[in-house]
This record gives sequence, C-alpha cells and structure tokens, in this order.
Amino acid sequence: MRKRPSEFIIELCIRLSGFLVIAFVFLIFLFLLKDALSLFASHSVGSFLFGKNWLPVSDPASFGIMPLFLGSLYVTIAAIAISVPLGVGTAMFIAEVAPKSIKGVLKSLVEILAAIPSVVLGFIGIIWLGPFMRNTFHLSTGMCGLTGSLLLAFMALPTIISMSEDALVGVPRSYREAATGLGATRWQTLWRIILPAASSGIIAAVMLGIGRVIGETMVVMMVTGNAPVMPTSILQPLRTLTATIAGEMGETVRGSEHYFALFAVGLILFIITFIINIFAELCAHRNRK
Amino acid sequence: MAFLLILTAFFAGCGRVADSNDTQGTIQIKGSDTLVNAAQKVSEEFMKTNPGVFVSVTGGGSGVGVASLINKSCDIASASREMMPKEIEQANKQGVFPKEIPVAHDGVALIVNKNNPIDKLSIQDLHNIFTGKAKSWKEFGGKDIAIVTLSREVSSGTYAHFKEEVVNLGDSNSNLEFSPQTLLLSSSQAIVEEVANNEAAIGYMGMGYLSDRTKTVEVAKKDEFYLPDIEAVNNGKYPLARLLYFYTNGEPKGAVKQFIDFALSPAGQQQFAETGFVPLGVAGAEKTQ
Repeated sequence: MRKRPSEFIIELCIRLSGFLVIAFVFLIFLFLLKDALSLFASHSVGSFLFGKNWLPVSDPASFGIMPLFLGSLYVTIAAIAISVPLGVGTAMFIAEVAPKSIKGVLKSLVEILAAIPSVVLGFIGIIWLGPFMRNTFHLSTGMCGLTGSLLLAFMALPTIISMSEDALVGVPRSYREAATGLGATRWQTLWRIILPAASSGIIAAVMLGIGRVIGETMVVMMVTGNAPVMPTSILQPLRTLTATIAGEMGETVRGSEHYFALFAVGLILFIITFIINIFAELCAHRNRK
Repeated sequence: MAFLLILTAFFAGCGRVADSNDTQGTIQIKGSDTLVNAAQKVSEEFMKTNPGVFVSVTGGGSGVGVASLINKSCDIASASREMMPKEIEQANKQGVFPKEIPVAHDGVALIVNKNNPIDKLSIQDLHNIFTGKAKSWKEFGGKDIAIVTLSREVSSGTYAHFKEEVVNLGDSNSNLEFSPQTLLLSSSQAIVEEVANNEAAIGYMGMGYLSDRTKTVEVAKKDEFYLPDIEAVNNGKYPLARLLYFYTNGEPKGAVKQFIDFALSPAGQQQFAETGFVPLGVAGAEKTQ
C-alpha cells in the first residue's frame, strides 16, 4: 500500500527527533570530553583520579577527586540502603496487598512526592533535619553525609516505588494461579514467586534510583557541609562530585585549570550515570523476554 | 548575500554606538553575594532618578562577576576582592580591560552561637581555629566541645580575603590551607542558620549580613579588641576590613558612567551605609587594605 504524503512527513519528523536526541547526547559528551581533556595537559590522570586533596584555588592547585568520589559513593550507598527496602516494600503493598480504594490514594501520593522541588527538601534539611541529626547522634554538626542520604532517599523513593510496582503488576497471572493451585499462601506467593519473577524489573528500578541520587545536586550542596575531606564515616561532613561543580563553577575563570578540572569532574559523573543507565536498561530488557 | 551581511553589520554597529552614548538602556551588574543587597538598593535609587535606564543585579560570587565581565555578559562586575593577575591577563586576552572602582568598605565579622561564652578572639586564635590547630573551645576558655568551622564556598570573595588575612596571616607566600574539616556553605544565610543552631560553630561573613540571632565576636590584631562597626572600620582599627569593588570594561561610559557616579555620590554611598557597609568618604581613606 502506498503511503500518504502526510504520513510520510510525520514519520520523517519522528525519525528525525529520535536521531536528534542521540546527536545531542553525543555532542554533550564530546563537549565535556574536549574541555576535560585539557586538564590533563598540566595534571596527570593518576593525580586527578586518585589524588586525596581537592584544593582548586591554592597555589599550586591540586585536583584530586578521591574525596569527592568517596563522598558521592558514601551518600549514594546510604541513600539506597534506606530507600530500596522502603520503596520495594511500598511497591509490594500497593501492587499486591492494598485494597483498591487505598491503592489509588497511595499512587497519587507517591506522584506528589516526586513533584517536591529539591531546594525545598534542602531547606527542610537545613532548618529541621540537620539540628535533629546533631542532637540524635550527638554530632558536632548536623551537616553530614547521613542528613543528605535521608533526603536523597526521599527523592529516590518515587522512582523506585512506581517502577517496582510496574514490574510486580507485570508478572503473568498464570504464576499466581499456579502458586495458589499448589496450596501456597498469599505471603508465600508474593515472596517466593512474584518477587523473584519481577526481580529484573526491580533491579532496573533500583539502578535508576541510584542514577537519581548520584546526580542530585541542590540537596547535597545545602545539607552535607561540603568539606572536601576523605570521608571515614557517613556521620561526618563530606563533599560530593555534583556539589563541587555547582559550588565552584561560578568562581572559575574560563579556560583556567580549575575550569577544566570541573569539566573533568562532570565527565566522570557522566560516565558513572551512563554505566548505571546501561545496567538498568539491560535488566529491564531481560525482564521482557 | 554579501551585501546583506554588510548591511546587518552596519546596523549592528550603529546600534552599539547609540547604546553606549545614551542614558537609555539596561545595565547588568553581576558578582559578589556580599554586595548584592547593597547594589540592588543603589540601583533602585538610581532608577528613581533615571527612569530610562534599567539596572539588573544578580549574585553568584565575585568570581562569577569577574568571569562574566571577561565574557562580556555583564556591564559591571561587583567583587569583594581585587581581581587576580591571572584574571586580568585572561581579560586582556579577550579584549577586556577592567577598570577598578572601590565603592565601599566592609568588615568581615566573626559569629558564634549565643550560648558560646567566647566573645573575644585574636587573629592568631582565629588562625589556629580555622587551620585546625585548635580543636576545642576549651582552649579559649569555653566549653569542652569540638570547634566546628564554617566557611563560604571557594567562589566567594570573602573566602579569598579571609584565607589571606587569617589562614595565611597576611603572608602571600604561605601555603597553609583551611582545615579540611571546614564546612563550605553556599551562602551567608546558611552560615547564620548553622551558627544560630549549633553551639560549637564559628563562621565569618560580611558585616552587612549580621543579625541578632548570633553573637558577633570582638577581633584584635594583637591586644586591642574591636567589634566590626562603622567606627572601627572607619579608623582602620578593626583588623578584618577590606574594600569592595565595581569593575567595568575600560573607562565607564554612558549609562554605566552615570550609575557609577551615582554610586560614589553621597546619596549612593548612603545606600551602602543602610545595607550595613561603611561608606568610602568617612573611612580613613584607602589605607585599610
């Protein structure tokens, strides 16, 4: 059958927008790479990746991202440790246990949670959560990694809940019927049959949650204290990769070493989130087969 | 095609000439967070008498201002520090020749929590605190709790000044650094918030941001202690005083010149005084630097 011209044009537009998105991602990567690589003319890759001191405005400056990388890692791990059990639990409740009336309310509440601007959470962190953490754990300051992790966990929850719920609901009805037929209780069905069957979807949800947490900037900049120290505990102030870029980009002179170093930090972040997204995609894909 | 290009270039040229000689137009002021409130106030007064000119003021840090002056994305850069030789070199390379115009004096105030018994500290004490040599308030006759030091982000001009005068004790060859435990907060407001809530904290900021929620510490170069007030900054006795600057590209012209003239006039200086700074005229000339 011959295509009508309007159909042809629309198809062309859709195809073009698809290619454009890919081109944009690629161009962003090239742009980052170009400025980031300029740093390595004056500083070695080893001193950048494994250096323990981030002193960008000193003379001579040193750009070691180890403290920043570990800062991001600590905050992310803690945030995920908090949000995954909570998120998957909530998803199981919404998908399998909750009566229909509560289900609708819960789902819309989760969506509202996703709509809270991060700067508002950061403000709550400074005014309320920070002092609360200091008094609870008897710390010298409430501006620490765990305060950031708690708020970030809050931000990752909507992603984890709604994606896990989709995965759980997507488990074929025949699995449930077979389990019930074999005499399994509701809990046994949920825990031993549905959860493993949905596992790849849930892992994808967790991966995207990690991506959300590691890229978040405003909250961590406001509440984690931003001290560029090698972190030894989650209860101490630390500085993340994202907060470093946001906090320092304003200061730099274009084309200075510091400017290039921040682009290099950006490149590292880009690579990390890229890897996480690929993992998430692989897991989600395995689920579909 | 070539003709068109010449025509556009011609008209663009015309537009620019008209813009810089007329008192119509817009002025972009960008830079120091310390100066942002004062600059806003000055520009509001200025616009009352010059309705044809629109002045927009944004913050972001002295470095942001200088960087945008170099990028030609602002007309006036406000800065709480002098431009660094590296930046001037960078500017000249881009065809920008910054003109330095001191506009007001500022005292850098040190604040502690209201429950902290300490009310006097010498520069040497501050040096020991901010480099991490002194660990507990007990060493200064206070409670036996660990000191929490708060600083602005490295993009702040107040940071650069404080580092030079206190951390390096005015020695430009010193390569001492802030203690890595120091929290780097993104705004003066965040510092007030943390000090008001945390008994162990000490922070610094421009005296325009002082509030009654924290206690201001008297500071001495050797043994004469002064609070950062207009009088002590005036007669040069307060040890942590500095000049605040506007930078323009070359000699100010047109609307920009009118604005600068207004800022330096008694009416303009009055606005600086009302936002907590010390007007130029009354201060003991420029010797405080």
